Amino acid sequence: MKGMSSLLVFPDPPPPELAQSLDLAGFSWKAVSNSSVAEAYAADHEWNGAVIVADEDPNSAFSLARSLRKRANPIQGILLLLNATQLGQLELRDELFDDFILTPFRHQELEARLKHLFWSQGIDSRGEVLTHGDLVLNIETYQATINGRPLDLTYMEYELLKFLVSHPGKVFSRETLLSRVWGYDYFGGARTVDVHVRRLRSKLGEENAGLIQTVRSVGYSFGQSRWGS
Amino acid sequence: MELKKEDYVLRTVEERGVRLIRLWFTDVLGQLKSLAISPAELEAAFEEGLHFDGSAIDGFSRVQESDVLAIPDANSFELLPWVDPSEPTGRIFCDIYNLDGTPFAGDPRNVLRRNLQQAKEKGFTFFTAPEIEFFYFEDAVDPKPLDHAGYFDLTTLDLGSTLRRRTLAMSEAMGIPVEYSFHEDNASQHEIDLRYTESFGMADNIMTLRLIVRKIALDAGVHATFMPKPLDAGQGSGMHTHMSLFEGDVNAFHDPDDEMGLSVIARKFMAGILHHAPEFTAVTNQLVNSYKRMIAGYESPVYVSWARNNRSALIRVPIHKAGKESSTRIEYRALDSAANPYLAYSVILAAGLKGIEENYELPKEADENLWSLSRSDAKASGLRQLPQDLRQALDLMEESELVHETLGEHIFEWFLRNKQSEWEAYQGRVTPFEVERYLPVW
Repeated sequence: MKGMSSLLVFPDPPPPELAQSLDLAGFSWKAVSNSSVAEAYAADHEWNGAVIVADEDPNSAFSLARSLRKRANPIQGILLLLNATQLGQLELRDELFDDFILTPFRHQELEARLKHLFWSQGIDSRGEVLTHGDLVLNIETYQATINGRPLDLTYMEYELLKFLVSHPGKVFSRETLLSRVWGYDYFGGARTVDVHVRRLRSKLGEENAGLIQTVRSVGYSFGQSRWGS
Repeated sequence: MELKKEDYVLRTVEERGVRLIRLWFTDVLGQLKSLAISPAELEAAFEEGLHFDGSAIDGFSRVQESDVLAIPDANSFELLPWVDPSEPTGRIFCDIYNLDGTPFAGDPRNVLRRNLQQAKEKGFTFFTAPEIEFFYFEDAVDPKPLDHAGYFDLTTLDLGSTLRRRTLAMSEAMGIPVEYSFHEDNASQHEIDLRYTESFGMADNIMTLRLIVRKIALDAGVHATFMPKPLDAGQGSGMHTHMSLFEGDVNAFHDPDDEMGLSVIARKFMAGILHHAPEFTAVTNQLVNSYKRMIAGYESPVYVSWARNNRSALIRVPIHKAGKESSTRIEYRALDSAANPYLAYSVILAAGLKGIEENYELPKEADENLWSLSRSDAKASGLRQLPQDLRQALDLMEESELVHETLGEHIFEWFLRNKQSEWEAYQGRVTPFEVERYLPVW
């Protein structure tokens, strides 16, 4: 069975403002540096679209777009990002993209264009899914998996993980986590957060236990921010 | 979208193809009870509760008020990791209610919740970490040890270590983090120390861990027991419990300016426990057999006392590592592995809070080895003794306003009645000691 589908993003790493916009809009995405990385990933995942930034390295960008179109199962829904001086380069390349947007872009425009693009392709791109590396949380079914292995979480463990995964790289105090995740109707107190983090780490398994970091005398953070802190 | 915890459980049951749900609750004596329902019944159980006849279950209800409702606590849903994955089974702890929707006074979980709520109103959360001791025997008839190793002995090939390792894996899989585990002092005796957690969750964890220990042993054809003193020789099974109060993020027991690092709150809390310990010992040490463990020299306290580095004291104040202020704690050493954790935590917490509220004075630290103290010396130095048998403990409990108030009328009365009849049943029995000693000469 194929894993969750994501949006392909080029280059790797993508410009921070793009990563931020995609995260804020709730898209599940994965950055790739070339077509072989994209193919390797496609072995057990689906690509449901692509956002290709062409203003830094146009040659690689167009060549990636071409290879995505030439696949046995061509990727539909390619959005090209380029700057105004590059408009001339679109000529004779109409088959390589479905829509384009000029940089610097506005967050709302990017989101609206992607939504429209996916709508016209009949793809549900957003699938209520949160991902971080090998960790996938399906918001619709309340299920979490890591490396495809289901995680057996209690309700509060799931809620805490969901909250952390939705805010990668951000540091939260125990009090904040307690009020945002538990609400105040709980007699466990702020140290309860430590207990749940310890339980989550134990369920995530030793190799992933570092996903949740203890920030000394502050609280906890999850993963790495994908657009810098 | 706000996700309701009940929806989360229902959805998980569906997604994971759960076939059976075990509804767990604990009776007054601390035995885990279970009702199994199918997934189809779970939603109704959340909404309306599951009707059952409480009088059928020892300690839950009297005949005239027999019907009660079990309502699953969605926070506690877990899949049982030892069940064949093709037949996923979940467990969920239940709270017991009267038919009119009020909490059922005979439910130990409700008792602890009520007491923790009172602590919360004073700004405190209560954290505990138990050291749970138990034995493995060949069967439940004859306490025959599986090995003759001692404290910390490395007996890699013995069955006991294998069982303990399996137990830890199951425990971690159910989100019960273990701090240490090792072979204890006596033959075939083991200890599992659970990592500090808030005491309500810990009481659930203790119930779960006891089941895991027994279950893993049973699968290997071995009997695991939490009986406090199964063997004549050597030490019994205690449940030394580390505890502290937190105020939000801060350990309320810690004071950097104190020579022991102990705050006034910690001292008053200790004073409260010491003052009331004899009255609540029937709850923390509830079996006739419990008192066979509480004799001098076997890691078990005899006198009402506290000390830093003195394992004969009732309360020990472990030295915390530098920079580990949040681990400031006290260790209550009388509790045994057969106690009902919900009730035991309730009485200890209530006694400690009473000490804070009424400003009790902490007695002087006991610096000598209390186990080697003669009776008359102890008396001369004003040391009070813990009850020496269940009869004494019950007499002291019966007079205790604190225990009455903490447990509530229903459990207080039922517990005394049940335990008095246990004592009477015991008193009429002729023990092997008497036969060996008296039969030949009298």
